[in-house]
Amino acid sequence: MKMSTKKLQWLMFGWFFVFPFLPVPGYWITIGNYIGLYSIVALGLVLLTGIGGLTSFGQAAFVGLGAYTTAYLSTTLGWSPWVGLGAGLVVSGLAAALIGSVTVRLSGHFLPLATIAWGLSLYYLFGTIEFLGKYDGLSGIPALSVFGIDLSSPRVMYGVIWLCLGGCLMLVLNLLNSRPGRAIRALAKGKTMPEAMGIHTAQYKILIFVLAALMASLSGWLYAHLQRSVSATPFGLHMGIEYLFMAVVGGVGHVWGAILGAVVMTGLKSQLQDLLPLLLGSNGNFEIVVFGVMIVLLLLWSRDGLWPWVASVWAKFHPPEPEVVAPAIAPDGYSDLPRRARPQAGALILEVSDARKQFGGLVAVKDMAFEIRAGEVVGLIGPNGAGKSTMFNLVTGVLPATSGEIRFCGERIDQLDSRHIVRMGIGRSFQHVHLIPQLSVLENVAMGAHLRGRSSPLAAALRLDRHEEARLLFLAAEQIRRVGLGEYMHTPAGSLALGQQRILEIARALCTDPTLLLLDEPAAGLRLKEKEALADLIRQLKGEGMSVLLVEHDMDFVMGLTDRLVVMEFGSKIAEGLPAEIQNNEAVLAAYLGGVE
Amino acid sequence: MDFGIFAVLAQDGVTNGAVYALLAMALVLVFSVTRIIFLPQGEFIGFGALTVAALQSSQFPRLIWLLIGIGVLTFLVELGSALRQRRYKPLPRRLLMWSVIENLIYPSFIWLLAHTFDWQGMPMAVQILFTLAITVPLGIMIYRVAFQPMAEASVLVLLIVSVGVHFALLGMGLFIFGPEGSTTHPFTDWSTALGEMPVSGQSVVVMAVAGSLIGLLYLFFDRTLYGKALRATAVNRKGAQLVGIGTSQAGRMAFGLAAGLGTLAGTLIAPLNTVGYDTGFVVALKGFVAAIVGGLASYPLAAAGALLVGLLESYSSYWASAYKEVIVFTLIIPVLAWRSLTSGHGDEE
Repeated sequence: MKMSTKKLQWLMFGWFFVFPFLPVPGYWITIGNYIGLYSIVALGLVLLTGIGGLTSFGQAAFVGLGAYTTAYLSTTLGWSPWVGLGAGLVVSGLAAALIGSVTVRLSGHFLPLATIAWGLSLYYLFGTIEFLGKYDGLSGIPALSVFGIDLSSPRVMYGVIWLCLGGCLMLVLNLLNSRPGRAIRALAKGKTMPEAMGIHTAQYKILIFVLAALMASLSGWLYAHLQRSVSATPFGLHMGIEYLFMAVVGGVGHVWGAILGAVVMTGLKSQLQDLLPLLLGSNGNFEIVVFGVMIVLLLLWSRDGLWPWVASVWAKFHPPEPEVVAPAIAPDGYSDLPRRARPQAGALILEVSDARKQFGGLVAVKDMAFEIRAGEVVGLIGPNGAGKSTMFNLVTGVLPATSGEIRFCGERIDQLDSRHIVRMGIGRSFQHVHLIPQLSVLENVAMGAHLRGRSSPLAAALRLDRHEEARLLFLAAEQIRRVGLGEYMHTPAGSLALGQQRILEIARALCTDPTLLLLDEPAAGLRLKEKEALADLIRQLKGEGMSVLLVEHDMDFVMGLTDRLVVMEFGSKIAEGLPAEIQNNEAVLAAYLGGVE
Repeated sequence: MDFGIFAVLAQDGVTNGAVYALLAMALVLVFSVTRIIFLPQGEFIGFGALTVAALQSSQFPRLIWLLIGIGVLTFLVELGSALRQRRYKPLPRRLLMWSVIENLIYPSFIWLLAHTFDWQGMPMAVQILFTLAITVPLGIMIYRVAFQPMAEASVLVLLIVSVGVHFALLGMGLFIFGPEGSTTHPFTDWSTALGEMPVSGQSVVVMAVAGSLIGLLYLFFDRTLYGKALRATAVNRKGAQLVGIGTSQAGRMAFGLAAGLGTLAGTLIAPLNTVGYDTGFVVALKGFVAAIVGGLASYPLAAAGALLVGLLESYSSYWASAYKEVIVFTLIIPVLAWRSLTSGHGDEE
């Protein structure tokens, strides 16, 4: 799915720069200005909604904050518009951080609803505050000027707007193709997977919410100085909805979809406003009917918008190349990547004592005790509903233990969350694979390297992270070769077979540099050949000194593979020992096959 | 502020709150059954009020044209999907026959009724029932055409479709009813006093209607098999399907109920407020605020939230009338903050 359509993209973008030099009527320039302004906002929405999975109907309010801030400062106080830009960004950024921190922890649909309410309340606020001119707004806003050069003509403003858009586009593209960018992409997959990679999901959600607000604020600043007056109407909820429409029509998962959507929607709207009254008379607001129907039809036809379609047509003539490539040889400083000290073989690493987990009256895990020593492969088995997965969740920090202790390398982890546990050296895979299907195997695995780097989003957007990025990608590529997926390096993860996806998850976990690897039912749903490949990989890892805890209920799979088995039933341990002993253990046989009465 | 004003404001707040409660219930119902955030709710408020107003001024209720139009569309959609599946199964004749009756014959019948009787002279209750006979099928058809084909899509996609439908209906509303708003006749001229507080018959009617509807909804969901089926769908779509509950039917049912509740809310506010084609959106959004207070899941909490919104609006219109809307819509931020702090664990898909 991911296609390099760079040529098409820059062709499209370059055309917009040639455009104002052509002898086109002023009306077209005006439309072009608006497309640019809308694209900046829609770009923020792509980052927020399409890539990060958070929806906002309230972007128009942030545009309004940017516009009103500069309008007030440059008219009433007479300050420079450039101060207005900074102040607008600060105001919008703070507002977004506040709203974001209130809503990001709630489940998905609360954020869009909150943004509807907040978009409305800011709109009414703009319209009622005395010093913002109530519903008349503020007028007499000065034009932009730089070093004494006046930028008031629409054709010149066109250049300014599209330069700003180009800048934003570049920063967003850079950001997405980096360590923080992969963390943002992981957000769309819920909370468990990114947290297990050490990604602070709440922080990243607030980050993209603030970034989207900053772009909206920039657009508002440009709008105020282009229009030279502001009033509340263009910052109302309907405009907020239209911004989201643009992103969705263009393709909300694709950066270039933002511009495509803004072009299509703005062009169509201006045409419809001219055309429809001629056809149907002026007694109605037909363009919103057509808009509404169009969006329903578009979503029925293609839920991902127009860009994937455009890109796939283009890809027929220009075969795609992978966008993210790992360096072929170890980059400078690769050997300096922090690595964990390995515990001595046989040293105690995981120690579970009297761990208990209660859900209300149900005791899912009842005073479990077992331990794992370095270099061991231990299987945790038991029939369905025995509490294996809950036990797994306790060790990986998805759930806190109700009582008892879990120690890893001597330190208590039973109350830590998964983000901290992965930091200590416990890597994990998932029973239901958690991958970003449209990203390549390399990019997915590199998500696991999140904690191995430290470059900030700002550094990534400015491309100051390239040395570290090369190291992380090389590390990811090494792990992919280690698990034997080398030939699929640039294949979209979604097109791998289930067995390969499970192995991909192991490679991703290996990127976190674990001392102990936890695999959650890795053999479930695999074919025989796939199981054999998986078993070979686990043996190979054991050979390299890795400790592994396998949670499984496939007896055959664990028998030949593990050093020791722990058997659970009804939340308690019923047996522990060598695989051969367990095979003949009466209690285990009774648990699996039913008692012999 | 003396007690008299306090009491009048409280009465206003509770009356409006009762209307918001109806809207909030409908929103919770639709969301929990279909995962759709039903923004077009607001349009039904306008449709309801303006259609009753049209009947009272002996104009032809032009909403029927919309019913006929969407009916034809729905029939075509159902015919199309039946034809597309012809390769795998025989043409479902019975289903298509029902589709003809529901989507083509019924609207024509309503059209005929509208022309036959003199609706102006009828009691208001009958006028409202006739309005419901137009809007409820409209809600069902809208579900069939716009939402049912993508019932499995994500909440976001459904939300955007919802916005699309909202825009389309809003534009149609302007075309059908024109830009001017109307009011309807009062339900009653009767009024009384409770101690020092004057009580208008209008408030009593609104509260009684809203209260009894909430009671009926409770009985419906708690005591009838159909209501329980809807609740089952709300808890788990797949599971409900597996035990033989038609989730499409459940969706249509939810939309029909929501359209009816929206229409009733419109007719309840229309005697006191001028309702235009676009008034409903903001009113429905206040219902949303109430529903969000209830977490889009709990009916009693949503009703409590609706009363809170009504009272807040009423008192803030006394102290800071310019900021009335700002205050009501900003309420959502502390509510969400509180939910965020108390809910503890975040989302999981």
